[in-house]
Amino acid sequence: MKRLSEFLRARYELGGLADLATHKTVPLHRHSFWYYWGGMTLALIGIQFASGVLLLLYYRPSAGEAFESVRFIMTKVEFGWLVRSVHAWAAHFAIFSAMVHLASTFFLKAYRPPRELTWVSGVLLIFLLMGFGFTGYLLPWNTLAFFATKVGTELAGIPPVVGPILQTFMRGGSDVGDVTLTRFFWLHVAVLPLGLLGLLAGHLAMIQLQGMSRPLSVQDERSTPFFPNFFLRDLIAWSLILGAVLCISVYAPATLGEKADPFAPTPAGIQPEWYFLWMFQTLKLFPGHVLGIEGELVAVGFTGLAGLALLLVPWLDRPARRGQSHWLTMLLGFIAVGYVVGMTGYALWIGKPH
Amino acid sequence: MLARGEGRGARSGVHGTLLAPSFLLLASCLLLASGTAEAANSCVECHRQFESGASAPTQAMGHDVHHQRGLSCTDCHGGDPAATDQESAMDPAKGFLGRPARAEVPQFCARCHGDPAYMRRYNPNLPTDQYAKYLTSQHGKRNSLGDPDVAVCTSCHDAHGIRSKKDPLSPVFQTNIPGTCATCHTDAAIMERHGLPVTQHWEYAQSVHGQALLLRGDRAAPHCASCHGSHEAARPGVIAIGNVCAQCHSLTRDLFAKSPHKAAHEALGLPECEVCHGNHLIKRPSDEMLGTGPNALCVTCHEAGSTGFVTAERMRGAIERLKSELAGAEATVKQAARLGMDVSEAEFALHEADGKLTQARTYVHSFSADTMAPIAEEGERQARFAGEQGKQAIHEFHFRRQGLWITLTILALVVIGLWLKIRELEH
Repeated sequence: MKRLSEFLRARYELGGLADLATHKTVPLHRHSFWYYWGGMTLALIGIQFASGVLLLLYYRPSAGEAFESVRFIMTKVEFGWLVRSVHAWAAHFAIFSAMVHLASTFFLKAYRPPRELTWVSGVLLIFLLMGFGFTGYLLPWNTLAFFATKVGTELAGIPPVVGPILQTFMRGGSDVGDVTLTRFFWLHVAVLPLGLLGLLAGHLAMIQLQGMSRPLSVQDERSTPFFPNFFLRDLIAWSLILGAVLCISVYAPATLGEKADPFAPTPAGIQPEWYFLWMFQTLKLFPGHVLGIEGELVAVGFTGLAGLALLLVPWLDRPARRGQSHWLTMLLGFIAVGYVVGMTGYALWIGKPH
Repeated sequence: MLARGEGRGARSGVHGTLLAPSFLLLASCLLLASGTAEAANSCVECHRQFESGASAPTQAMGHDVHHQRGLSCTDCHGGDPAATDQESAMDPAKGFLGRPARAEVPQFCARCHGDPAYMRRYNPNLPTDQYAKYLTSQHGKRNSLGDPDVAVCTSCHDAHGIRSKKDPLSPVFQTNIPGTCATCHTDAAIMERHGLPVTQHWEYAQSVHGQALLLRGDRAAPHCASCHGSHEAARPGVIAIGNVCAQCHSLTRDLFAKSPHKAAHEALGLPECEVCHGNHLIKRPSDEMLGTGPNALCVTCHEAGSTGFVTAERMRGAIERLKSELAGAEATVKQAARLGMDVSEAEFALHEADGKLTQARTYVHSFSADTMAPIAEEGERQARFAGEQGKQAIHEFHFRRQGLWITLTILALVVIGLWLKIRELEH
C-alpha cells in the first residue's frame, strides 16, 4: 500500500487530494447520527451498481425474453437469485435511506447558505432514485409490473401539453409494450446512471469542499477527523446495512410472479412501489373536479408544486438564510413528513387483503 | 303439456265470454285508430281483454322469437287481424286456421320450419329438417299412431313465448334441457303407460355429466339430447351407444375399437362403454374399477390367471406406481414452494406427469398393458425428475440460510474489528 502510494506520488501531484482527505473533519454533537445516512445511501447505490452490472450479464430487454431471462437468473445462474434479490431490496433501502437523509438535512437546516446547491443536487438525486425504481420495476416484465407501469404512465400523461408528449415518449407508442420495455431499460441502465453519477460527483465534491454543516442549535465546536475516524464508523454502518440487505434477500427473496399478458384484465388492487404510494393515494382521494378543473390534473399539479417547493427550500426558508430557525418551517416540515407517512400507511392498509 | 293446458283454457274462454270481448273489441278499435301495426292487430287487442288462459299468448309474445322477427298471430293461425269484429277476423274464408290439434302441431310448425326458402328470410342457419327427423323419433312415430302422451313441438319449445335456444330462459337452453325432458319422463302415469322408467333424470343429475352441466353450468357437458338427439330423439341401441360416447370421448373409443374387447362385445351382443360405465348414472371413473381388487370390474369377466386378469393387474400396477411417485414429488415440490423457492421447472414436470397419468388412464381402454404401461412409466420419470428438483430446492434453501449466517458472522467480526480500531484511535 505504501509502495503504491509512493509510486503514484512520484508521478502525479496528489498533495491537494491527500490534504483534503486528511484535514477534513466532521462536527461532533448530539445529532451526528444523522450524518451516516448520506454514506449509507452512497453504499447502497454502490451495491446497486455492482448487482445491476452482474444482472446485465443475463438479462434480455425484450417482451419476449425479459421474464424468461429473469427466471433463468433466479433458477439457473449461480447465486443469480441472491444478486437479483439484493438488487431489488437494496433499491428499497437506498430510497428509504435517501429519504431519511433528506429529512434530517431539512430539520437540521443543512441547506442554508452556502450549501443551497448541495441540497438541490440531493433532491434531484432522490428524484433520480425514484426514476430508477419506476423504470426498474417494469424490467422483469411480470403482470404486476406491467399494469403498474400502465397506471404510472397514464398519470404521467395527465399534465396538459407536456403530459401526452412525455407519456408517448416513455411508452414509445400509445400503450405499454415491447418498445416501452426497451425504453425503460435504456433509461435504467444508461440515462439515469449517467445523470446519477454526474449529480453524485457534484454532490460529494460540494460536501468535500464545504464540509458538513453544523446545526443552528449546536454550540459544541468539537469535531472528529473524517479519515480514518468517521470513515471507520461509516464502514460499520455500511456493514450493518449490507447485513440487513442480505438477511431480507435470503429470508424474503424477490419474487417473479406471472409473465405479463397485455390482453389480460388489470388485476385488482394494483399499487405502485411504496415510495409512490402517497402520490397514488392522493390522486385516488382527490374529488373528480375542483373549481371546475379536473381533479386528477389538480392532484398532479399539487404533487409537481410540492416537488418544486422541495427543490427551492433553501430560498423559501428566509429565516434560515439569516441563520435563524423559524417554527413555521419546522411545522411545515412535520406536516409534509406526516402527510407522506400517513398517506403511505393508509394506502398500504387499504391495499392489503382483508 | 303446458301448451295443451293453455289451449284448453283459450277455447273455453272464447266461448264463455263471447259478448264481452266483442264489445271491447269494438271499443278498442275506435280508441286505437292511430294506425300502428300492433294497434291494427285485432287478435292481440281482443285476446288481451280475456281474464282466462286465452290472454296467455298476448302476455308471452313479448319475448317470442317470432314476434321479435315481425311475425304475428295471422302468420301461423291465419285470419284477418285488420277486421274489427270477431266473425270477420276469424273467418275460415279469410284463411283462419284456428288452434291446431295437438297431434297436428309438428306439421303445423313444419309449414314454415320445413321450408328452406321461407326460413332463409329469417334465419338461414336454422335447419329445416326438424320435422323429417321428428317423424323418425319415438315421439314422432307414436304421435303418428295417435298417442296423446308423446311430445310435440310445443311440449319443449312452448306455444307462444318461444325463445331462442341460446336464451338461458328457453326450455331448450343446454342447462334446461334435462329439466324439460323430465317434465314428461318423470311423470309416473305417462311413463307407466309406455313401460319406461322414471329414474333417468335423477340418475343423470347424480352422474358426472349431470354434475358438470347442472351444478357447474359447464355447457360442454352432455345433456339428454347430446346422446339421444333432439327432434330425432330415440334410444341409441346396443350398436350405436359407442358412437354416441365417441362424440366426445373419441380417443377412448378408437382405443376400444382396436382392442380385443371390441370383437368380444360384438360376439356377446353387449354394448360397448355402457357395460362398465352405465348409461344415465355414469359416475366419475375411479382407478378401483381397474385391476383385480374387490371393486374392480375386470374380474367380473376375467378369471384369475387368465390373460385379461394379468393385463388388468399390470395396468393397475403401472397406474398405482405413477400415482405414488407423483404424490411424493408433489409433496416435496410443495414443501420447497412453501419455503419460498422457485420451483417452476419442477411444477412444469409435475404437470407433465399429471398429463401422463390422465393419458395412461385413457389408454386403459386399449386393454393392452404393453401399450399403456410405457405412458405411465414416462409419467413416473417426469414425477421423479420433479421430486429431485424439489429436493434440490430444499437443499438449496438450507444452503442459503447457512451461507447467510456465515456471512453475518464475518460481518459481525468486521464490525467488532472496526469498533476496536476506532476505540484504539480515539484513546
